[in-house]
Amino acid sequence: MMRPTDLTIAQALDALDRREVSAVELATAFLDAIERLNPRLNAYITVTAEQALETAKASDARRAKGEAGKLDGIPLGIKDLFCTEGTRTTAGSNILDGFVPPYESTVSANLKRDGAVFLGKLNLDEFAMGSSNQTSAFGPVENPWSRANDPAKRLVPGGSSGGSAAAVAARLAMGATATDTGGSIRQPAAFCGIAGIKPTYGRCSRWGIVAFASSLDQAGPVARTVEDNAILLASMAGFDPRDSTSADLPVPDFRAAVGRGVKGLRIGVPEEYRIPGMAPEIEALWQQGLDWLRAEGAEIVPISLPHTKYALPTYYVVAPAEASSNLARYDGVRYGLREDGRDLKDLYERTRARGFGAEVRRRVMIGTYVLSAGYYDAYYLKAQKVRALIRRDFEQAWEKVDAIVTPATPSAAFAMDEKQDDPVTMYLNDVFTVTANLAGLPGLAVPAGLDAQGLPLGLQVIGRAFDEETVFAVGGAIERAAGFAAKPGIMA
Amino acid sequence: MSLDAATVRRVANLARLRLEDQEVGKLQAELNGILGWIEQLQQVDTDGVEPMAGGSPGGAALRWRGDAVTDGGQAAKVLANAPDRAGDWFAVPKVVE
Repeated sequence: MMRPTDLTIAQALDALDRREVSAVELATAFLDAIERLNPRLNAYITVTAEQALETAKASDARRAKGEAGKLDGIPLGIKDLFCTEGTRTTAGSNILDGFVPPYESTVSANLKRDGAVFLGKLNLDEFAMGSSNQTSAFGPVENPWSRANDPAKRLVPGGSSGGSAAAVAARLAMGATATDTGGSIRQPAAFCGIAGIKPTYGRCSRWGIVAFASSLDQAGPVARTVEDNAILLASMAGFDPRDSTSADLPVPDFRAAVGRGVKGLRIGVPEEYRIPGMAPEIEALWQQGLDWLRAEGAEIVPISLPHTKYALPTYYVVAPAEASSNLARYDGVRYGLREDGRDLKDLYERTRARGFGAEVRRRVMIGTYVLSAGYYDAYYLKAQKVRALIRRDFEQAWEKVDAIVTPATPSAAFAMDEKQDDPVTMYLNDVFTVTANLAGLPGLAVPAGLDAQGLPLGLQVIGRAFDEETVFAVGGAIERAAGFAAKPGIMA
Repeated sequence: MSLDAATVRRVANLARLRLEDQEVGKLQAELNGILGWIEQLQQVDTDGVEPMAGGSPGGAALRWRGDAVTDGGQAAKVLANAPDRAGDWFAVPKVVE
């Protein structure tokens, strides 16, 4: 029998079924690993050990009675952006100081319904605004991988779901929830050598997830394999009347799609994703991925997504605008931090200045400016129009192809002291991922190789709206061909 | 378009963010860096393009729900996280003299 922390979710479900392992044994193994490695990695903000052991015990009792759910006994971490009833929820910010939600997010409630065991709440960039997990008020997360020629250099796990990706890569959780507004699932998954999917906008309910940019935010899983992602997404997804943007569609059998193969599929390769200065290793890996798919019977088709270069600046108007509006609720009155002031306005201003970190303040300022009188048309309306063109680029591509394959990130994980010169340098991390958010499409990051320093690199599969099945099929084929078996230096 | 210090202060006021004098210069430079980069959107011809509002990939309109009371009567839960309260109300500094 493998060590419990090495099992994939699919393997663990089989082992639980065969009574080779119990949910309590799984939870205990992961809690031990967290106790040992979390002080270094800082992936968890809150560990709910007692609660995890209690729910694991209840899970074992359900299984003994033949009443086990789809995920019964699987130990997961929850990104600390999902409200969890009775457990502190921080969004990585000081402004939610002391906040204990009196309700459970729909996505985490769905996982609980299916029997999952929650180990704790995972670190993230403040309000999910960042690509390195360094904007968290609870300190940065360390990537469990390191460079072969400089193992002492501490690398970032990516962001904003840096705690989720680092925890799964280091075997401090079997899988985790994450969210993706511009690449926050796929970029950290790629940096940490694991898989992660942002489903179609509307596939997972946003109810109970701390809002960043509501027209872009989507929840999704991260896990070590594509199949594990399919298993988790099947539980997380589904119609929720409490989110007016939730899609009233049945949840397909994602897991069955993973092994479907790519024979006859047309795979698009967008010319505009060949950006200047891209690492030759990434370009080579991309070509390798396409060769693998061709060998499996797919047809490779060059396509054009002409507005790609405008996607990031569009995002940096739309997302801050929505954020400035969403974050208006943090005023020191109803929950979280309060800084006393001489009057109500002074109280608001002091609370928000003290509670928000530098990156959140910058984005609230940009968002407020682009929505303000006299600038709305030039910035916000313009960005919404360019967004429509980006969506149209994809609609035209779907006439020729069934899925699109690109690199997941323009580089491997960078060091904690790199890319700090100016905010825009950090924003460029999301160049390959942000288009799927703007167009509302599903995108999967799958580990596909290593760079010369032994760091993981990922490929991205983008699909049609609500066609995650094809995305899983292509991702599954890449995963099988890549045979990615490398492990990070820091691991339970 | 480039922000001057007075505009930075005005936007901070709109956003209800207290800004210390010594923070203005750095923030002004950062915001101008970001806005200068965003400026490239002006190159795109968007004549006759309908703006995309909302995230639905098909552009679907939001669903309506019934105009019915579905929740309520939970004052204790609503107030559980309040930094300050008076009875069943959130308490704030005096607003009207």
